[in-house]
Amino acid sequence: MSTAIRSRSAPWVTTAKYVALFALLVFFLLPVYALLVTALKDPSEVSVTRMWELPGSLSFASFTAVWPKLQDGFVNSVMLAVPASVLSAVLGAMNGFVLSKWRFPGADFVFPLILFGMFSPYQAILIPMVQVMSDAGLRGGLDGLILVHVIYGLPITTLIFRSYFAGISDEIIEAAKVDGAGMLRTFFFVALPVAPPAFAVAMIWQFTSAWNDFLFGAVLTNRDYWPITIALNNIAGGQTVPFNEAMASALLACLPTVAVYVILGRFFMRGLMAGALKG
Amino acid sequence: MTDVIRTPPSGIRLEGVRKRFPGGVDAVRGVDLDVSPGEFMVLVGPSGCGKSTLLRMIAGLEETSGGRIMLGDKDVTTELPQQRDVAMVFQSYALYPRMTVRKNLGFGLRMRGAGSAERERRVVEVAEVLGLSHLLDRRPAALSGGQRQRVAMGRAIVREPKVFLMDEPLSNLDAKLRVSMRAQLSLLHKRLGVTTVYVTHDQIEAMTLGQRVAVLRDGSLQQCDTPQNLFHRPVNLFVAAFIGSPSMNFVRATVSDGFVHFAGVSVPLPASASGSSGSSLAGASGAVSSVAASGSAVGSASGAASGSAVGSASVAASVAGPVILGIRPTALSVPSAGGPGVRLTVVPDLVEDLGDERYVIFELDAERVDTDATRAAVDATTADDALLVPDAERARFTARLPADAPVAVGEPLDLTVDPDRLHLFDPATGNALR
Repeated sequence: MSTAIRSRSAPWVTTAKYVALFALLVFFLLPVYALLVTALKDPSEVSVTRMWELPGSLSFASFTAVWPKLQDGFVNSVMLAVPASVLSAVLGAMNGFVLSKWRFPGADFVFPLILFGMFSPYQAILIPMVQVMSDAGLRGGLDGLILVHVIYGLPITTLIFRSYFAGISDEIIEAAKVDGAGMLRTFFFVALPVAPPAFAVAMIWQFTSAWNDFLFGAVLTNRDYWPITIALNNIAGGQTVPFNEAMASALLACLPTVAVYVILGRFFMRGLMAGALKG
Repeated sequence: MTDVIRTPPSGIRLEGVRKRFPGGVDAVRGVDLDVSPGEFMVLVGPSGCGKSTLLRMIAGLEETSGGRIMLGDKDVTTELPQQRDVAMVFQSYALYPRMTVRKNLGFGLRMRGAGSAERERRVVEVAEVLGLSHLLDRRPAALSGGQRQRVAMGRAIVREPKVFLMDEPLSNLDAKLRVSMRAQLSLLHKRLGVTTVYVTHDQIEAMTLGQRVAVLRDGSLQQCDTPQNLFHRPVNLFVAAFIGSPSMNFVRATVSDGFVHFAGVSVPLPASASGSSGSSLAGASGAVSSVAASGSAVGSASGAASGSAVGSASVAASVAGPVILGIRPTALSVPSAGGPGVRLTVVPDLVEDLGDERYVIFELDAERVDTDATRAAVDATTADDALLVPDAERARFTARLPADAPVAVGEPLDLTVDPDRLHLFDPATGNALR
């Protein structure tokens, strides 16, 4: 006879819980559903009254229609988000390593100072930032925008790596010291090889925020370097643009962040420290 | 086997080494210690005694707050760990998780600029000695605990350092493996002959491994001596209580006329016993007379059956006054019929049967000795920390008897005390009086 472990609540309580959860799920997914079905409908099928209906036939006409308008922005955003997230993660890894494993006098003062950057809102620094970037001759192109995203990302990537490296045993770092490695070689040979999970988190975060940024892109770049968010705004914001094109653009614009999450997400859970310690 | 380590070992000298952590905790308070080239030196003490800090200072992982550290003839006090020619084995093994065994072993050589051919040769050589040859391409995650331990050891050996530093390297192994690894470690040291400083809190490990053992307490060196001397001639109450298993028994006693009186018995002191240090006790006895009053006020209800003094008549009368008496569990034995010796009749509370020997635990009709030193020796911070049933006010003794000794719980038992193996301590200072 089996003796399963089961909850003591009455069956109807369990059922009610699941019904409630399912209702919330549907509510949450409704916009996604609208986005998908509208983007995939034939342009002739699209109307407000038939918004919730499934498409009669699959059509990519909306995508081909908007792609020329999005193309430049898409390329610009890739050129922006990839270097911004990589640089920001690398610098954050260095910061995090030094702040947790190679501590220096005053580290406890510097770290909160860096974190402070996380809590200052975009809008508060917008005007002085534009002023500084203009004076430095960095306004207009992508390089200035990359720089801003790298710097703005540093607090969070530093925090991510500092927490991650804090989880590494001090003894491994000390073993490297006794083995003759200095700070740089300890970082490159011992700390970096175990850091991919932290890189995954930092890059997903940074890529997403650089890709989704509208404000910095709008104030710091010329028309030629507009990121996709501005292109999307121009398509979706217009009164005359049909729904299907707006939806198709939105879908295209969010694909890269989904892809980054899918590609990097598998590094999240990997136990890269396995076997280092007593086990 | 091949000569794996070719560099001559060098000694270590610590001169007044001190460590004060930020916040004012004094971890090490002026330690002088000389480790001869090739010696196996064990630092032992209860947790928080500063032994690990001292080792880490030798490695360069902690800065010193004072004093000098000499490696051979070289003052390394201000050198970085990577500049000192030492290798360290950590408690957690601290293997590099993303490197294979081969790379783990070769890392130190690589960091010190050895060529790849040289590196490979050394790694293969050491792997062979430690039986790791078939594991060279595995990652640490794919190794067992004992194998990881050997890789950690190999990583130290491969560099041919002047000094090995080991921080409780066996404490993560389970009990049986630990005992066999202990013996292996001794053999390895004999083969390699490298100066080794080994930290442990386990006094059995210390006694079995160390050529000399340095006992530390509260950051101060108590005694540094051979295991034999530590056991038989502890310099103070702490060392006496810390070394030996089961621990030494303590009871408050009084010395007068060449006899030591405790729990209603009087044991004659050997003539030679009290000569040298009698004066120090005479000086101290005045100051501690209040302690003496309670300590020596022993009744004679249970343990006094045959308390009459027997034995040597020649007595040195210079030790007098209250003392703390220490008796090793092995200094108590079942009397042979009609044999000499002072008899003590006790009632066993508990008999622990270990197969070929028995630990007999009984109470004496005397006050329990509870000093800072005896507490520290068992890592207890308050008087009742080490007691499960903290109502025992009386001294509890352990005797180690052969398995065939006729012992039963609750049945009176005669024991003799070996008068030559009494340890007397000054109750005020805890220093040994003989």
